[in-house]
Order: sequence, then C-alpha cells, then structure tokens
Amino acid sequence: MSLSRFLRTLQLALKSVMLHKLRSGLTMLGIVFGVFSVIAMLAIGEGASSQAQKQVLELGATNIIVRSVKPPDETSSSSSGGGQSFVLRYGLTRKDLEVISETIPSVMGVVPVRELTQEVRHQQYTLNARVVGSTPEYLEMNHLGMEQGRFLTDHDLEEMANVVVLAHETARILFPFENPIGQPVQIASRAYRVIGVTQDRTASAAIGGSLSGQDYNKDVYMPLFTLQTRLNTGDLFIRRTQGSFSAVSVVYDQITLKVGDKNGLTDDRDLVIPTAEVVRETIRNLHGEGTNDFSVVVPLELLKQADQIRKIFNIVLGSIAAISLIVGGIGIMNIMLATVTERTREIGIRRALGARRRDIIQQFLTETIVLSGTGGLIGIMMGLLTPAAFVGIKWFVDAYVMDQTTGRSDLGRLFSDMEPQVAMWSLPVAFGVSVAIGVIFGTYPARAAARLDPIEALRHE
Amino acid sequence: MSSVASLVNLTKFYDLGSVVVKALRGVSLEIPEGDFIAIMGSSGSGKSTLLNLLGALDRPTEGQYILNGRDTSQMSDNELSIVRNSDIGFIFQSFNLITQYTVLENIEVPLLYRTGYPPISARDRNRCIDVANQVGLGDRLDHRPFQLSGGQQQRVAIARALINDPAIIMADEPTGNLDSKTEEEIIQILTDLNNEGRTIIMVTHENSVARRTKRQVFMKDGLIAGEGIFPG
Ligand SMILES: Nc1ncnc2c1ncn2[C@@H]1O[C@H](COP(=O)(O)OP(=O)(O)OP(=O)(O)O)[C@@H](O)[C@H]1O
Ligand SMILES: [Mg+2]
Repeated sequence: MSLSRFLRTLQLALKSVMLHKLRSGLTMLGIVFGVFSVIAMLAIGEGASSQAQKQVLELGATNIIVRSVKPPDETSSSSSGGGQSFVLRYGLTRKDLEVISETIPSVMGVVPVRELTQEVRHQQYTLNARVVGSTPEYLEMNHLGMEQGRFLTDHDLEEMANVVVLAHETARILFPFENPIGQPVQIASRAYRVIGVTQDRTASAAIGGSLSGQDYNKDVYMPLFTLQTRLNTGDLFIRRTQGSFSAVSVVYDQITLKVGDKNGLTDDRDLVIPTAEVVRETIRNLHGEGTNDFSVVVPLELLKQADQIRKIFNIVLGSIAAISLIVGGIGIMNIMLATVTERTREIGIRRALGARRRDIIQQFLTETIVLSGTGGLIGIMMGLLTPAAFVGIKWFVDAYVMDQTTGRSDLGRLFSDMEPQVAMWSLPVAFGVSVAIGVIFGTYPARAAARLDPIEALRHE
Repeated sequence: MSSVASLVNLTKFYDLGSVVVKALRGVSLEIPEGDFIAIMGSSGSGKSTLLNLLGALDRPTEGQYILNGRDTSQMSDNELSIVRNSDIGFIFQSFNLITQYTVLENIEVPLLYRTGYPPISARDRNRCIDVANQVGLGDRLDHRPFQLSGGQQQRVAIARALINDPAIIMADEPTGNLDSKTEEEIIQILTDLNNEGRTIIMVTHENSVARRTKRQVFMKDGLIAGEGIFPG
C-alpha cells in the first residue's frame, strides 16, 4: 500500500470517526481506561520497586544483618546458674562475633551494635533517644555522613572514651541554639562529650516486614565498650548480680557483616547468600540446635523478594489489563458491526463504483484501528499524568485527611510512600496493544462488510 | 459501428431452494458504440436483473457477456470490481450518493478505486469540477446531498458516472423518483451525453422517456419480447 493511499484511507477513517463524535468517544472509552489503568498501575509498581531498591542499597547490598531475637517463651531459652537465677540469656554473644569474623573468609568486616533507649539531656532539653553502642565502621556500613565534627574512632573504643556523636535531629532538639561540639550531654546521670553530628537521613521504611524501619535521625552513638561498661547493660554486669533479681542479658542487638571476596575474583553480591547460609549454620551450632534467638536478614534477599512480588504484581496486572482491553475490544467490535449494518447502502455504492473486497476491508479495519489507537493515545496521555495526579492526591490527603496526633494518617502515609514512575517502555507497548486490539476486533466486522453482495447492499433500507 | 457489448444467450436463475426463479431465460443483444437503449417491460420481467449483469454487478448463470472484447461471465469478484470502476458508470433511481460527502467528494469516489490507486491529482480535481459544470452543479461543489433537490442529486450521480470515462452508462429508472419537469432535464443531459458519443442503457417505465432513446428493448418473463424504434 503506497503512502498516499494509506494517508487517504486514514483520512477517510478519521472522517467517519469524526462524523459521530459522541459515539466514537464512547466506543473508545473501554480502551482509554484499559490503557490508562495499565500505565498507572505499572507506574505505581515501578515506583515501589525502585524505592525498594533504594532502601536495599541503603541497608547495603553486600551486608548481612544478624539480630538478636527474644525467644517466644521461657522454655526455649537457657537459664544460667541455679534455680534462683532468673537471668534470661539470649541473642548474639561475643563468641559468635569472634567465630564469624575469624572462620568465615568472605566476611570482610563486622560491626556489632548494642542499643538502648535512654533519656538524653542537655540543660533543660531532653529526648528519649536510641543510644547505639558500636564501632567506627558503623558510619560507613550504614551510609551515614558527618555534618560536623568526627565520628567514633578506634581510639575512642579502646579507651572507652566518654564521647558521643549525635544524629541530626537529636542535635537539633538538644542544642536548639548552640553548637553541640564539645558540649556535654547527660545519659543515665553520666556526662558525655559531643564530638560530632551526623547528616540528616530520612527513615528507611520496613521492607518485607522482617526489618523494622530505622529512623537514624534520633540516635546517639557512643563507643560500644563505653556503652557496655557505663550503661550497665552488657553481659559483664548482669552476671555479677546473678540470682538477686531477674535480668535480661544480651551482648549485641545486632551484628552487621560486610561480605566480599578478599581476592576480588567473584562478584561480592554472589557471595552474599551462601555466606548468609554459613553464618546461620555457624550461629546455630554455637547456640545449640533448636534455639531461635537470632535472625539473619539479607538485604539482597529482600531485593529478590521485592522483585518476586513485583513479578506476581505484574502478572495479576497483566491479566486485569488483558481482560479490560478485551472488553474494550468487544465494545469496539460491537459498534463496528452496527456501523456495517447502518452503512450497508454505502458499502453497496462503493462496490458498484469499483471498490474491491479488500478496499472495503481496509476501510473498516482502518476505522477500527483509528478508534482503538486514538483510545490508546488518550489512555497514554492520562497515564502520563499519573505522577502529577499523585502529587495532587498527596496534597489533598495532607491537607484534609491528616491525623492531628501523629501528624500523618495511615492513608497519608500510604500515598506519601508511593512515588509512581511511568515506565517508558510501557508507552509504545500500550499503543501497540491498542492497535492490535483494533486489528483483532476489527477484522470480523470488516470481513462482514466486504462479504456483502453489492446488489443486495444497494437495495438495503 | 463496432460493438461495445454483446450478450449471447444470457440466463440468470435464482435458486431459492423450493423454487428456481428464472429471471433471465436466454437474452441475446448487441450494443453498438454510441447506442442509447431503453429497456422496457412490466414489473418483474427481468429489466433490473439484466442491467445488473450488464453493469458487472453480477455474473450470469449461463451464457456470455462480452464487454470491450472481454468475457465477464467467468471473471472473479476482483476483476468485476475493476470492470465496474473503469468501464461502467451507474445511475440509480434512488441516486445513491454517500450522504456524509460533499458533491465534489461524491464525484471523486470512483477515482479512489482506480487500478494502481494513483493519488487524486490536481488534474483529476479539475476534471471533477468540469464534469460538475457539465451537469450544471459548478456552484454546488461544497453542498451535501441533503442540501440538494432530487434532480440535483441525480446530476451529481451522473457526474460521478462520467468521472472515469466509462464505456457504457447504466441507468436504472433514473427519473423514477423525479417530477416531470426534472425528468425532462435529466433526460436532456443523457441525450446530450449520447450525442457526444456515449453509450447509454436505461431501464424505464415511461413511454415519454423511452421515446427519446434510439432503440427500445421490450422484456417479458425474462426474455426479449420485441425490439425496435418505438412506433409512436
Ligand atoms: N436476488 C434475487 N433472488 C430471487 N429472485 C430474484 C432476485 N432478484 C430478482 N429476482 C426475481 O427475478 C425477477 C426479475 O426481477 P427484476 O428486479 O429484474 O424485475 P424488474 O423488471 O426490474 O421489475 P421492476 O420493474 O419492478 O423493477 C423477479 O421475479 C424477481 O422476483
Ligand atoms: Mg427493476
């Protein structure tokens, strides 16, 4: 088909479609909403997955996080000492840390963490902060940056220095008017000197439910040994008060492991999951069979889970899309069949004047494709507006549905967590599918039109 | 004078299952170039059936129809379409214009289906305007059929029949829907065309119309019952 002939057929089809604007518009609706919903849903899915990816990168794609878990009931925990002792011991021990870092070759770095919630005070300003005892590597492992001053050093650790680093928000609350560097803060009636402030860092939301969202902005960091000695929480102190009162003993709340190949031969990411397996096995051997006092979280696995969820999401979405597009196609076919009947006389006239069967097929097929293709284009344009529409929805929810006490409603959080991103590949695909729908559902009516006997068609009405 | 078309023992049967309607039972006819024939006869005698065969809208059950030296009785649907487009011009009783098109666009329709589908050139467009002028519609090119009188609509149909310069013009009761004054105008146009050398075959019930042609053919029960200049 030559270009001029194609353009002529297209022009003819546009003319017919424009002749009944309302009818054509209504006919297109099925395709419009089908295409729009596919693009919008894909955009939401894409946004969610890129957010998951970002979060995993924040947690560290080559990290393995081992956390202490309080056993569900007493029987599964081990009590030390005699019957008078109620010291509940569970979780990650110093021994675990040593064995893991010394026997597993792919573990390149180990950052133990002990955390407590404590009241932190400076003059009249107080804050219930998460006090994190850790090592200098904590900074890098968690992708934190310094705003001012410095982070903890090995020297601080060895010396059990009475120093703290404040997170951005903590510093702002405790020192609204002063520079905190060099100033003292009080934690459990002891004073610590502020040596640095970390940069602002937005909370990372929970992924897959296995790791609670961390708000790094309300932290106070101090050397691990300082926390364990001074804040009376480490295993050292609990043991000495054995038998006199019940206590909980945990050495580390969390150990973050960095995985890598010392020789740089394999991709670090490929080592993460096997290493996690070895870590699980090692700790299980150390703690004894059947103990459930730790959990291993692998951010990379979370990424894979997120991918899996997205795949399922896409399949479900694809099915819904297929159904809605088929329904749209049937709607178009229905109208086209009615059109063919309505225009039987016109078909007869064209045939008498020399139109061949395939000219009639082309005419009606093009008309159907123009309908479905235009519907697709409108749907695409609506789909492109999804991110902008979300901004509007968020604004509306923030303005009118906000919960006064928490500052945010569940609905608000739901929407603010969504960042739709239109998947560019979905646009040509959506258009192609719309055109294909036109071809599939237009062929039958077009053939029906071409099959008409010219003499009978001329006699119609 | 050479023959544009010749019919040899043409039959057309409609098999309706229980009965077979014999619409044409063996019609032979020579149509010389430049002829102007009126086909007459009572209702149901087979006039329209004959005209549809002559117009290549249908194939005969048996017999031959040779148009421009080619036998159309065995042609495929595609070939018949090509013949209709290039060799035949149709004029119908009910005008049969495309309602959503303007006068000019209606005249152009046969150009859309020319062999090879050449684009409509400026020359083609000028020809459309010439033909429209010829039937007296030069000032109505942008009108739609519903804005025109019956006589004007039939003129559009005549212009449309002329646009591809056909060998024969087929007219099935072209004045059947028109009053006598308009009828006269249309017949005058057809007579003028015949005087220019066009071959015209026209079905009519009106003696007054038939009298204006060169030759009359009387149909009865699917056969030609008589032929010759109408005695008066
Ligand atoms: N498609 C068809 N199927 C069955 N019978 C048909 C068909 N077309 C025509 N006939 C029959 O063939 C015969 C001739 O019909 P035709 O239309 O040629 O008559 P006509 O001379 O044009 O009549 P009128 O003056 O009423 O137009 C009629 O008996 C008609 O019923
Ligand atoms: Mg008839």
